[in-house]
Amino acid sequence: MQDQYILEMVDISKSFPGVKALDKAGIKVRKGTVHALMGENGAGKSTLMKILGGLQPADSGKIILNGKEVSFASPRESLDHKIAMIHQELTSIPHMTVAENIYLGREPITANFWVKEKELNDRTEKLLSELEIKVSPKQKMVDLSIAQMQLIEIAKAISYESEIIIMDEPTSAITEREVEHLYKMIRSLTAKGVAIIYISHKLNEIFDIADEVTVLRDGQYVDNKSTKDLTRKDIVTMMVGRELNQLFPKVEADIGETILEVKNLSREGKFKNVSFELKKGEILGFAGLMGAGRTEVMETIFGLYPAQSGEVFIKGEKVNIKTPADAKKHGFALITEDRKLTGLFLPHSVKDNIIAASLDKFIVAGIFMNEKNINGICEDQKKLLRIKTPTIEQKVKNLSGGNQQKVLLSKWLLTDADIIILDEPTRGIDVGAKSEIHALMGELVKTGKSVIMISSELPEVMGMSDRIIVMHEGKVTGIVNRKEATQDLIMSFATGIQST
Amino acid sequence: MAQATAKSSSDLNKTILTILNKYSIYFILALLVIIMTFLSPAFLKPMNLINIVRQITLIAIVGFGVTMIIITTGIDLSSGSVIAVAGIVASHFAHPDEYPLIVPILMGLLVGLIAGSINGFFVAFIKLPAFIATLGMMLSFRGVAYILSGGHPITNFTSEFDFIGSGRWLGLPVMIYVLLGAGVLSYIILRHTKTGKCIYAIGGNQQAAVVSGINVKKNLMFVYSYAGMMSAVSGILLASRLSSGQPTAGLTYEMDAISGAVIGGTSLAGGIGSIQGTIIGALIIGVLNNGMDLMHINAYYQQVTKGVIIVLAVILDRARNK
Repeated sequence: MQDQYILEMVDISKSFPGVKALDKAGIKVRKGTVHALMGENGAGKSTLMKILGGLQPADSGKIILNGKEVSFASPRESLDHKIAMIHQELTSIPHMTVAENIYLGREPITANFWVKEKELNDRTEKLLSELEIKVSPKQKMVDLSIAQMQLIEIAKAISYESEIIIMDEPTSAITEREVEHLYKMIRSLTAKGVAIIYISHKLNEIFDIADEVTVLRDGQYVDNKSTKDLTRKDIVTMMVGRELNQLFPKVEADIGETILEVKNLSREGKFKNVSFELKKGEILGFAGLMGAGRTEVMETIFGLYPAQSGEVFIKGEKVNIKTPADAKKHGFALITEDRKLTGLFLPHSVKDNIIAASLDKFIVAGIFMNEKNINGICEDQKKLLRIKTPTIEQKVKNLSGGNQQKVLLSKWLLTDADIIILDEPTRGIDVGAKSEIHALMGELVKTGKSVIMISSELPEVMGMSDRIIVMHEGKVTGIVNRKEATQDLIMSFATGIQST
Repeated sequence: MAQATAKSSSDLNKTILTILNKYSIYFILALLVIIMTFLSPAFLKPMNLINIVRQITLIAIVGFGVTMIIITTGIDLSSGSVIAVAGIVASHFAHPDEYPLIVPILMGLLVGLIAGSINGFFVAFIKLPAFIATLGMMLSFRGVAYILSGGHPITNFTSEFDFIGSGRWLGLPVMIYVLLGAGVLSYIILRHTKTGKCIYAIGGNQQAAVVSGINVKKNLMFVYSYAGMMSAVSGILLASRLSSGQPTAGLTYEMDAISGAVIGGTSLAGGIGSIQGTIIGALIIGVLNNGMDLMHINAYYQQVTKGVIIVLAVILDRARNK
C-alpha cells in the first residue's frame, strides 16, 4: 500500500474581510485513492480547494506536491502541475460544441493557429467512448441535459491526464443511474494511480466510493480516517461537533381531506396527463430521474407557465391560476430548484429577501412600508429558522448555501401558504442544515399545512414522504405508499420499466 | 498587551475601510470642494454655491427617475428629447391672458407621462431592451419637438410661468424648491413604499421577483412613466428659465443624468442605487464643472473630464461591490 502522500496541504490559513475561512486547515492525500473532503457549508472545503486549484492564494501554510513545495498563482499553474478541478457550478460555454468545450484553450492547431477541427472531434470521440459517455462531440452544450453536461465536465477534467482530480459535488445534477457510471470512471482512474479529492454532502456516496475522509469544521481540520473505520454517525458528529439524531426524522401528522387535486395537466413538450391528489397534513414526494418533468409540473401549477390542458382544484373548487400572484392568493408557495437563479435576491439583505413575497403585509397608510414591523418580524424569522448571519442587513450572497436556503424558506413561510412546494430543498446543503430543514417540514405538516417535495435523493424521498409520486419522461408512472416504498420499486417506475 | 492593541487597531482599520467604502462618494465630494476652494477663493461664496445647485437641478431631477430605471437594470436615453417636447408643449399654453398657470404645467407633465408610458409599454410588455425602446423615443421625440415648434423657439410667457424657472423665494431660486420636492418624493417612493421594494427586487433578480408574485409589468410601467414625468418637470423648468421653449432643449441631458446616477453609486447591473447617491453624483459633476469654470478652463476640457470621471466612478463602484 502506498504510504507516500502525493499531496499535503499543511496549516493553510485564509481570511476574507470579516471572515476567517481557514484556520490552519489541511489535507493529506495518497496516490490512487479517493479521498473525501467533508464539512458543513462554511467549513472551508471550497476555499481549501480553490487555493489548491490556483483560484485564491493562501495567507499562510504550505502545499507539498510529490515531496516538493509549490504555490499556484493561477488556475493555469495548478493545471500545469497536473491538478484538475471540476467545479460545483457548471462552467461550460453553452453555444459551443462538446469537443470545443473539452479542449478549450488547448485546441490542436496548425502552425498558422488554424484549429484542426477533425483532430479535435476525433480526440473527443475517443475520450467519450473510453468513458462510455453517449454524447456526440459535435453537439452543442446547450442541447445537452444537465446530467450530460456534468458528465462532460468530468470528462474534461479526466482529459487533462492529471494526477489529482478535485471533484466538487460531482453528483449534484445527476441521478442514481449516472452516479454508477461516475463510480466506474473513478475506479478506473484510481487503478491508474490518480488521486481523487471528492467533496460531497451525500454520506451514501462517501461510503460507496471513498477510501479516506478528512473532515473540516469552522475552517479547522478535525480529523482524517479510513472510511472502513467510520460509521455515518461518526462522520456527522465530526462535521457538526455534536450528536445529530436520525437524519430523516419522520414526524407523524394527522392526514386529512384532499386539499389539492390536479387532473390531466399537460404542457406541450414537457409533461402529459399528470394527475394526482394532495391531502391536508401530507408530505407528498415527487421522485424521478433528471428531466422527468417534475419541476415543470410545479412551475405550471404555480402559474409560471401556462398549461395546454387540465384542471386544478383546491378544496374541491376549480381554480384558474395564471400568475404566481394568483398562486399565492390560493395559498401556494414555491421554493424553486435553483435558489441563486430564481429564488434569492443575492445583492440584497437577508431582511429584504425575507419580506419579498409578503410586501402587502407590511403596508401602512396605503403605500408605506412599516420598517419597524419588518425588522421585528425578520429578527423573529432569523431566530426561528436559526439562520446563521451576523445581522439581517447582511447581503444574502455572503451566506452559505444552507443559510441561503433557510432565507428562501423563510420568505415563503411568511406568506402563510397552505400548500408548500419544495423543489430539491436540500440540494448542495450540509447535513446540519439539511436535518433542520427536514425538521421544519415535519413541523409544517403538524400545523396543518401540506407539503409537496421534489427530490432526486431517494433516501430523502423515502424517508420524508407519506406518499411518493414517480414520474418518467413527462408522465406519472407510479404512486407508492410510504409502507410499500423500496428503492428498487421507485427506480423501476422512474426509469419507465414499470408503470401503473 | 501588544496583542490586544494589535487586534483593536486592525478592527479599527476594518471599520474605517467599511465607512470609507459606504460613504466614498461623500468623501470624494468633500475632497473636491476642498480642492476647489483652494484653487479658487470665489468658490465658497454663497452666490456661487447657489449657482452650482441651480446648474445641477435639471440634471438631478431627471436623475431621480433614471436612478429608478437603472435599478431595474433598464436605462433611459429619451430624457433629453422629452425635456424638449414637454417644454414646447408647456410653452404653447403659457402665453399671457390665455390659461392659468396650472394648465401649462399639467400639459407638460402629460407629455412626460405619455412618453414614459410608451417606453414602459415596450420594455414591460413587448420585452424590448430598454436601450432600444428609449433610443427610439429619443430620436422620434426630438423630431416631434421640431414639428411642434415649427423649428423655432416659442416665447412670450406669463410672468407666473417665468417665475418657476427664474424667480426666487425666500432668497433661493424656486428651482431649488422643485429639486427638493422631487428629491424627497423620489426618496420616499424608493425607500419607504412597497413600489420601492418591488423596484429593487426586480433589479436584484427579475426571475425571483416573478416567482415571489411581484407584478413586474406594473412596476416597470410605473418606473418609466415616473421618469418621463421627471423629465417633463425639468423641461418645464428649463423652458421657464430660458423664457422660451426650444426644440434643441435638453440635448445630452440624458447622458449627464445617467452619469450622475452612476457616479452616485447606482449600479448598471441593477438592484443597487439611491436618490441621495444620485444627488451627490450630480453635485460632484456640478462642482467639477463650476470649479473649472472659475479657473477659466476651456469648456472642451470639461467635457473630457466628465468622461474620465464616469469611468473612474464605475471602476470604484465595481471594487466597492465585490
